Amino acid sequence: MSKTLKLEILQATGNQKKRYIKNKIFQIFVVVFAIIATTPVFFILFELIKKGIKQINFDFFTKVAPDSFEAMMAVSSGKGIPGGILNGIGGTLIMVTVASIVAIPLGLLIGIFLYENGKSRYANIVRDVSDILQGAPSIVLGIISYIWIVKNVTHGFSALAGSMALAIMMLPLIIRSTEETFKMIPNSIKEAGLALGIPYHKILLKILIPTGLSGLLTGILLAISRVIGETAPLMLTALGNPTLSFNLNKPVDAVPLLIWQFYNDPNLVDLVWSSSLFLVFLVLVLNLISKRIISKRK
Amino acid sequence: MSNLEIKKTVLKVEDFYVSYDSDKNAVSNVNVDIKRNQITAIMGPSGCGKSSLLRAFNRMHELYPQITTEGNIYLNDVNIASLSTTDLRRKIGMVFQSPNPFPSMSIYDNVIAGYKLNGIRQKKSERDEIVEKSLNDVALWSEVKDSLHKRGNFLSGGQQQRLCIARTVAMKPDVILLDEPTSALDPIATLKIEELLVTLKKDYSIVIVTHNMAQAARLSDNSMFMYLGELVEHGKTKDMFTKPTDKRTEEYLMGKFG
Repeated sequence: MSKTLKLEILQATGNQKKRYIKNKIFQIFVVVFAIIATTPVFFILFELIKKGIKQINFDFFTKVAPDSFEAMMAVSSGKGIPGGILNGIGGTLIMVTVASIVAIPLGLLIGIFLYENGKSRYANIVRDVSDILQGAPSIVLGIISYIWIVKNVTHGFSALAGSMALAIMMLPLIIRSTEETFKMIPNSIKEAGLALGIPYHKILLKILIPTGLSGLLTGILLAISRVIGETAPLMLTALGNPTLSFNLNKPVDAVPLLIWQFYNDPNLVDLVWSSSLFLVFLVLVLNLISKRIISKRK
Repeated sequence: MSNLEIKKTVLKVEDFYVSYDSDKNAVSNVNVDIKRNQITAIMGPSGCGKSSLLRAFNRMHELYPQITTEGNIYLNDVNIASLSTTDLRRKIGMVFQSPNPFPSMSIYDNVIAGYKLNGIRQKKSERDEIVEKSLNDVALWSEVKDSLHKRGNFLSGGQQQRLCIARTVAMKPDVILLDEPTSALDPIATLKIEELLVTLKKDYSIVIVTHNMAQAARLSDNSMFMYLGELVEHGKTKDMFTKPTDKRTEEYLMGKFG
């Protein structure tokens, strides 16, 4: 008996060694690929900081974009490119704000509808449409907003048209995150409210929404950070504006639009880096905030 | 019913059926009187319809439109179908299987939620009084009185379940329904809840669903045994456990199935 037992142990250790080696190899693979996957982010940040940081100063946030001639003169006399991206920051701010005002309530309501009527035929259709919308190319949404708003409402390129394009982009993201957030809340919480005789709208407003608040906020922040860098739909709607404007009926600029304009102008092309750095930083901050909210929730 | 009978009977169930789809009944032909200020245990193997029956008492089944019921239930001789669900559920409170305090609310707000969210206006002193009394009723006051305005998520499972009972008791219902309230708790927390229920029965009528026979025997004055949707036997717990009249009850109590 003892002989066979020993033999078994020997075999086992042989197998264990093999397993151990296989395990190690696999581990190394995983780590290497993880590094490969994350390095581009650091390269992008490094490159942007290296090339963009020298342009970032007080003027960058408080002055509008320079015109080409101004910039050429300044550079030829040995100074840096004057001006900043204030018109872009202002335009982005107004458009994202208006888009949020439209998309957040609508997205929350549709999300709540999907959560409440999850299995009904109509809900399934709404869910599919929302998924299709999420996959729709942003330039197409720009064209739609062009036809709806630019042609028929503001009769010219406008901040409102840009906002609508962004709102349509935000909508499916908020719808799905709202539905998922509510689905995570145990059903018994809702039942507990009903069992106390609390009317449904109060359960929604005072129990379910506060319980899922962090999830809802995270979804909204991620939707904002998703649209804040959108360029294509804004080209057809907001167009761009060299001055700071908060008029919804008039064209405005946006940070990603400015990047495109700088890229097309040899005298301003250096501003591409600082503007991109600013935009990436903004999105990064929004993402970090939502990560913090998520970790706090746990 | 004579007045005396109404006094003794808090819930009267008449020819009651619950079905999830048209061809199969989850509860069929149940007739029973549930006695006031006593603990009634509903026992039976899983799927026997005990929870379905319990949830019909406060019409929670109406959340799910595919569930239909037939027959009548009377609360103090008033047909529950004639009451609004809001009124009914304030009179018949419910405690669930796993503790479910409202996560976004403080302990204080949890206890008072039934008043606050029903739009009942009260002075702060009234609210304070209700909270203190309800928490005292469930023997939780001394444990949480210093952290009333903190969220309840640091409480143990047993404490959370007592908080849920306090939330129900705060509404001063006629009946408290409990759906396997201790199945997610450890034995010590279970014991505390059981002791609590015994003290609560002087003010409330209690209906508890349990698949724990020992619990039913320890706790209840009356028992109902359900099997495949049918109310096989009901009566005084003492009688049912010592000399069951139906063979199925006997086999269940002996542990032959379930």
